[in-house]
Amino acid sequence: MIWVAAFFTLGVMIWIMAQVLREGLPLLTVDFLSDSPRQMGRSGGIFSTIVGTLLITAVAITIATPLGVGTAVYLREYTREGRISRLIRFGTDCLAGVPSIIFGLFGFVFFVIFLGMGWSILSGGLTLATMILPTIISTAEEAIKTIPKSYREVSYALGGTRWQTVAKVILPNALPGILTGVLLGVGRSVGETAAIILTAGSSFLMPTSLFSPIRTMAIHFYILAREGISMEMAYATGAALILLILAINTAANWLLHRYIRRLEG
Amino acid sequence: MPEGDKLLFQRFTFFYGAAIALKDINLGIKKKQIFTVLGPARSGKTTLLKSMNRLTDLIDGASHSGFVFLDGQDIYDPQILLPELRRRVGMVFDLPTPLPLSIFENVVYGPRLSGINNKNRLTEIVEKALKAAVLWKEVKDRLSSSALRLSGGQQQRLCIARVLALEPEVILLDEPCSGLDPISTRAIEESLIELKKNYTIVLVPHNIQQASRVADRVGFFLGGELIEEGTAQEIFTRPRNKKTEDYISGKFG
Amino acid sequence: MTKEKFLEKFLLFIALSSISILALIAFFIFEQGLPLIWKKGLASFLLGERWYPSQGSFGILPMVVGSFWVTFGSLIVGVPLGVACAVFLCELTPPLVSMVFRPAIQLLAAIPSVIYGFWGLIVLVPLIRDHLGGPGLSILAGSLVLGIMILPTIISISEDSLRALPRSFKEGALSLGATHWQTIWKVLLPAARSGIVASVILGMGRAIGETMAMIMILGNAVQMPHSILHSARTLTTNIGIEMGYATGDHQQALFATGVVLFFIIMGLNSLALIISGRRRS
Repeated sequence: MIWVAAFFTLGVMIWIMAQVLREGLPLLTVDFLSDSPRQMGRSGGIFSTIVGTLLITAVAITIATPLGVGTAVYLREYTREGRISRLIRFGTDCLAGVPSIIFGLFGFVFFVIFLGMGWSILSGGLTLATMILPTIISTAEEAIKTIPKSYREVSYALGGTRWQTVAKVILPNALPGILTGVLLGVGRSVGETAAIILTAGSSFLMPTSLFSPIRTMAIHFYILAREGISMEMAYATGAALILLILAINTAANWLLHRYIRRLEG
Repeated sequence: MPEGDKLLFQRFTFFYGAAIALKDINLGIKKKQIFTVLGPARSGKTTLLKSMNRLTDLIDGASHSGFVFLDGQDIYDPQILLPELRRRVGMVFDLPTPLPLSIFENVVYGPRLSGINNKNRLTEIVEKALKAAVLWKEVKDRLSSSALRLSGGQQQRLCIARVLALEPEVILLDEPCSGLDPISTRAIEESLIELKKNYTIVLVPHNIQQASRVADRVGFFLGGELIEEGTAQEIFTRPRNKKTEDYISGKFG
Repeated sequence: MTKEKFLEKFLLFIALSSISILALIAFFIFEQGLPLIWKKGLASFLLGERWYPSQGSFGILPMVVGSFWVTFGSLIVGVPLGVACAVFLCELTPPLVSMVFRPAIQLLAAIPSVIYGFWGLIVLVPLIRDHLGGPGLSILAGSLVLGIMILPTIISISEDSLRALPRSFKEGALSLGATHWQTIWKVLLPAARSGIVASVILGMGRAIGETMAMIMILGNAVQMPHSILHSARTLTTNIGIEMGYATGDHQQALFATGVVLFFIIMGLNSLALIISGRRRS
């Protein structure tokens, strides 16, 4: 009976992806990917949304990675378990549980209005950065945790300072684990919709600067589906989205396997 | 302070939290000799070593009272720069701990940290250190291969070379031959005898036999206290304390 | 020496970013939303049945009820299925199968909610409409899809708690003559109870916070739902739909909804932490 449950779950997942891929895959031509949406999305392609997705993800990763890795390094190398580390962990855990729509509201009132950045790649990217920060912190911390204590002891015994030990022993060895976390953050950014709609606008024109509003692939997909503009285009966009997510996930898994194998010899 | 003492413990007591690891140690370690630290498990031997280069600072809840002097200078003085202290007092651990780098990079790790980056200088340092650790001949043609591929004995000699690359004044070795085959053990013991011409050596031996082979002076520790201290001959043939005698003759430990 | 001190202070500054962001979020959401709650009164906001922004009525009870039913439904779907899969992964499966299954679960977690919503729209909604009646866009559809969406959360945390159990539990039971099944039911699951409960609470948090998929398949009628075949809105979908064009009091009311959500989520998260913390000690 448990077997039934397990395979049912697997089956549903495959069904979900297959549904979109089956209809959408045939429509993924090079033209589609390189052309921008026309007629409000009824025809044309998704190029501008691809660019939008890449740019907003890039902004998010650029901000969240140093913040996340820095936090992890501080927690594991510079401080003992105490009031400050408990505070930091509390903040991180809570942040991880905040729903995306709340991030959207926050991003809107803080980045778009208060800081005056308007609906833009910057607003959306910064909002995304706050969303993926907890993920990067916890994966970076895990990566640092697995580094043998002896490496540290050796580095200190040979006259290393704390920063030297971090820069020369800890970070290089934690890198694959950290990168896995970054990839997870990328995957989350690509699929995120609620927070971005409220902060990056939904213009499907090609962005001209970080202050331009954009539409990501996920948002484009959502709008096409919900407004019933074109089911064909929706399927195609959805297929592209799924493929992108699959690629990112596979890369993250492969990286993780390489990392584990490296640690064992 | 008696002439010739490289390191001096004065009323030194060490705590891990509330537990006492070393109790009121008064001990002088003479220059350019091999001093062996004898005793059963849990006598505080490793703590004794680690407090000489303040690696004990890394441990949560560690504290101490009393003094440790290096060449007359209090090593717990707040003015002391820890990296420099640890370059002068180097340590080799009981398990070989090569870093996941090439052999070359392992040996130059310490010198690089202290700012030496000139390629020629580093190459010189590597050759000198590996020769002194009796490892040069075996690895000189594969310096850029990973240190993880060396055998246990070779890795341990690499760790010695790593410490020697910094040209320390004191070398601490905590059971450096545990887990090694007799040939590697012999090689390391021989290199220690050679090294004591230039360095002060403090060794926690694997067993009493090893101590009798290499020691100049011996200190017997039990339960964190220094029970007796003297030349190797004194301790092995005419120990003054009954407990020392019992340990030497194998009645416990 | 000073370089090291500087780096330490700098890293501390960076490390405080997560708690600072949390504080900022709370501040700005409350700053926007609380005045409205104050103005209209907490009771009339939370318990009011009429949400007519154009007339200044901001009662969110229909949305609260909608959120409740959809979440409850998703737990009915997701918890048995999720715990079953966790048991499956932990106890019953040969390594080969789990090597396929585990990445599959990870993938399930990575699929964007809009894809789930789309599938629900294309497949489930017509199914429900044709076979059970109603508009199809319904609480039932929402519960089913949401139940699937929270599976990865429930599975991974439950599995972790099962794996954390000492082997002696299982070995002890088996050596006393229990079958594998009995061991699972009467020994392992109860022992992992707090971890499983924590996973359910976190799954609940995830369900309450879901927006996009729910917008696509709940139907978004602003009414008190009286059956699972009715359309409804949740607290989250209300914000997601109307934020695009709300102004003034209306917009503040949406932020106020955010305040309510914030409290609910923080409450659930703390509960989960306490429960799993108790297990660890």
